[in-house]
Amino acid sequence: MKKLHISIIFAVSVLFYSCSKDITETNLEYPVLDPASQDLNAGTWRPILLTGPAEFSVPAPISTTSPDYIIQLNEIKSYQANITSKERKIVNYWGAGAVLRWNEILRELVALHNLPPYQNPDGTYPVPSPNNPLAYPQFPFANPPYAARAYAYVAAAQYDALVATWHYKTLFNRSAPYNVDQSLNTLLPKSNIPSYPSEDAALIGVTTELLKLLFPGDQEFIQQKAEEHKKARILSGANVRSDLEAGEALGRSIAQKYITRARGDRAGAAVGTPAQWAQLENDCIARGEAPWMSLESPKRPPMLPLFGRVRTFLFDSLTMVTSIRPPAPPSTSSQQFKDETNEVLYYSQNPTTERMKIVHFWADGVSTFTPPGHWNLIAANDFVKQRFSEVRWARNMALLNMSLMDAAIACWDAKFVYYNPRPSQADPRIKTLTGLPNFPSYISGHSTFSGAAARILGHIIRSRANDYDNMANEASISRLYGAIHYRSDCEQGLITGRKIGDYAIARARTDGAE
Amino acid sequence: MKQKLISNIIKPVIFIWLLVITGAVSAQTDIDGLMMEKNAFCVGPMAGYSSWKNYWEGTLKRDNANLGTVSATQFSIMGNYGLTNKLNILFGLPYIKTKASAGQLKGQKGLQDLALWVKWKAYSEKIGSGRLSLFLIGGYSLPVSDYTADFLPLSIGLESKNLSVRGMADYQRGSWFATVSGTYVRRSNIKIDRDAYYTTEMHYSNEVEMPDMAAFNFRSGYRDKGLIAEATADNMTTLGGFDITRNNMPFPSNKMSVTRIGFNFKYDMPFHPNLSLTGNAFTTVAGRNMGQSSGFNAGIFYVLDFSKKERKNSSNPKN
Repeated sequence: MKKLHISIIFAVSVLFYSCSKDITETNLEYPVLDPASQDLNAGTWRPILLTGPAEFSVPAPISTTSPDYIIQLNEIKSYQANITSKERKIVNYWGAGAVLRWNEILRELVALHNLPPYQNPDGTYPVPSPNNPLAYPQFPFANPPYAARAYAYVAAAQYDALVATWHYKTLFNRSAPYNVDQSLNTLLPKSNIPSYPSEDAALIGVTTELLKLLFPGDQEFIQQKAEEHKKARILSGANVRSDLEAGEALGRSIAQKYITRARGDRAGAAVGTPAQWAQLENDCIARGEAPWMSLESPKRPPMLPLFGRVRTFLFDSLTMVTSIRPPAPPSTSSQQFKDETNEVLYYSQNPTTERMKIVHFWADGVSTFTPPGHWNLIAANDFVKQRFSEVRWARNMALLNMSLMDAAIACWDAKFVYYNPRPSQADPRIKTLTGLPNFPSYISGHSTFSGAAARILGHIIRSRANDYDNMANEASISRLYGAIHYRSDCEQGLITGRKIGDYAIARARTDGAE
Repeated sequence: MKQKLISNIIKPVIFIWLLVITGAVSAQTDIDGLMMEKNAFCVGPMAGYSSWKNYWEGTLKRDNANLGTVSATQFSIMGNYGLTNKLNILFGLPYIKTKASAGQLKGQKGLQDLALWVKWKAYSEKIGSGRLSLFLIGGYSLPVSDYTADFLPLSIGLESKNLSVRGMADYQRGSWFATVSGTYVRRSNIKIDRDAYYTTEMHYSNEVEMPDMAAFNFRSGYRDKGLIAEATADNMTTLGGFDITRNNMPFPSNKMSVTRIGFNFKYDMPFHPNLSLTGNAFTTVAGRNMGQSSGFNAGIFYVLDFSKKERKNSSNPKN
């Protein structure tokens, strides 16, 4: 008996300490980027806001034989002489791709800020202020429309910055330090692409400026990432200091163009006023329909009701009304509405394990990077395998994220034009399997985002088009399974999203990159 | 000190939103100073209810009008078999149903975790006018259904597989006793139905690192033929984890802790000593990232004797 006891004790202690709890994070497994093509003609690709690749000037670089350049080479050598294993990790982390890593950083900021404000003691809700971002409620509340817009501005500006960068690279044609000095250690794959100005630094300049606007309370975090990124470039031997300085300055200038657009795109007024909220409800009643009501307690004003008026990237506002806005939903007094409500009730009352998994996989609710962030992750995981150049990464991310932002705008337009109640409002027996969003039902945001994203991604990676469609369909139906959307919301959302994706494809066909 | 009692106090303190902790710490007799005699098997059903209206978001105590009162109803089956007089095997399996009285979120239901324990009475000697017994208890629990942990506070469990080891001392003098125990719970990581999640930073994985836990339990009261009545106090704390941020939802790897006080009894039916009634009530006095739950449980247990030899009054406790 004693032996048995001892073996039990031994077995238990082994079990206690045998298995490590470390988890494998997929984004840390990405290989270092070694582009299949350098896209040397990218300086001729069509920018989005820039009038041309040379709209902002870049001074000619110093020669690689000048004494100042030798000093800059020596800076690399001095960094490399004392390189630590942690620094090597940093080089490889950023070496996986600069567009990729800044996209991840943006996703992280969105997740951090995707929390609805807690109510005031009088039952009203405070609105986060960009002028006082660290006071509660912190600015921003990075809900899906806010996030979609943030991803789009950053991605579009990054693309313009890299088109300009590629223009100057080919114009000045200054070799990378490892090609100038063959004795230099290079910690990343070499290429023949000119290194002045640095594409990494252009991304640092343009992204940090935009992130300061979008996440003004997180500047220290953003600046730390920027410094780490720059250090990684010097350490790797891929850039000298002047490559970085020129690239960063160019990126910062281009950011200003986007900041000006962002300040005037009407997103700042999207919260609306109590009078505007009442107007939406009254208009709906006047049309003879049951209006949406907040089911939160205390009743919360709808999320960004005027976001549907924000300036789109891929088409103009008239096009949105005439060609993209979906038809009216089934009338709240129609038989179809009753039938669709009963269908939601069925899914509420009969959850299966399989459907629950689908609901939770696509939920992307509070404290996540939102559905646009999820599609950015899907894209990033696939783009890594394609070995795109940085400029093609930026171009594809811009196409994806302009689609997602315009999808948010078109979806919010429909939600607040029709002001359709949620299933749980139509039938209080409907309990939900995921959080019930606090805005009207028609059309489903997840469906619109997913329809748009699947379309443009299927164009970028043709071999995956069917997979993206299947993912979009699953994301869409997950909202019916979760008992927060009617079937019409999901179907019309997908249709609307795909239309928007087609506008992105039209742009992709004519931007010079294909 | 042979006891062939339904040794006591089944205390499946199920609180919503930390069920797993309870699985390891408090089912049947894994936490008291009593043993089943060799070849005796005690088994029975328990039912319980617990609820909370207030909870701790980090250290901030608050309510939530979009949840109202969150309750958990549970039915379980528990048993204890005497392998020898000094070595018992115990099990417990609860079915749980959760519900929020307000808001839109749907309650969850299902079989939760099967828990198993091996309880070894390692030492028992007369000391002074009483008797001191020392125990070592090893436990393991694992989910038996595919429930969703990532739907707090309505999840029925946290999905981790738990390995626990407990040291326990019991001192009885006359009809009065005190028991103290400390438990370390090794919790496995869990997999959630997403490919990324945010804690205090972004994680790109479906795997969530679950902090281990420590638990302490103190119980004292009257214990004699046919009746046990005791007061309990316990604390459970995760060794790591993070706080819920302002107005966020809970997450399985939160830093959770709870301190509770309670009362238990067990009463053997005079007309049929193999049959006994048990019950308990508890309330939460302090916590972090958990509901402030109060609740009660009740059960009926029956002792089956599989020993070959005939014995009379076999179910009476002997001290």
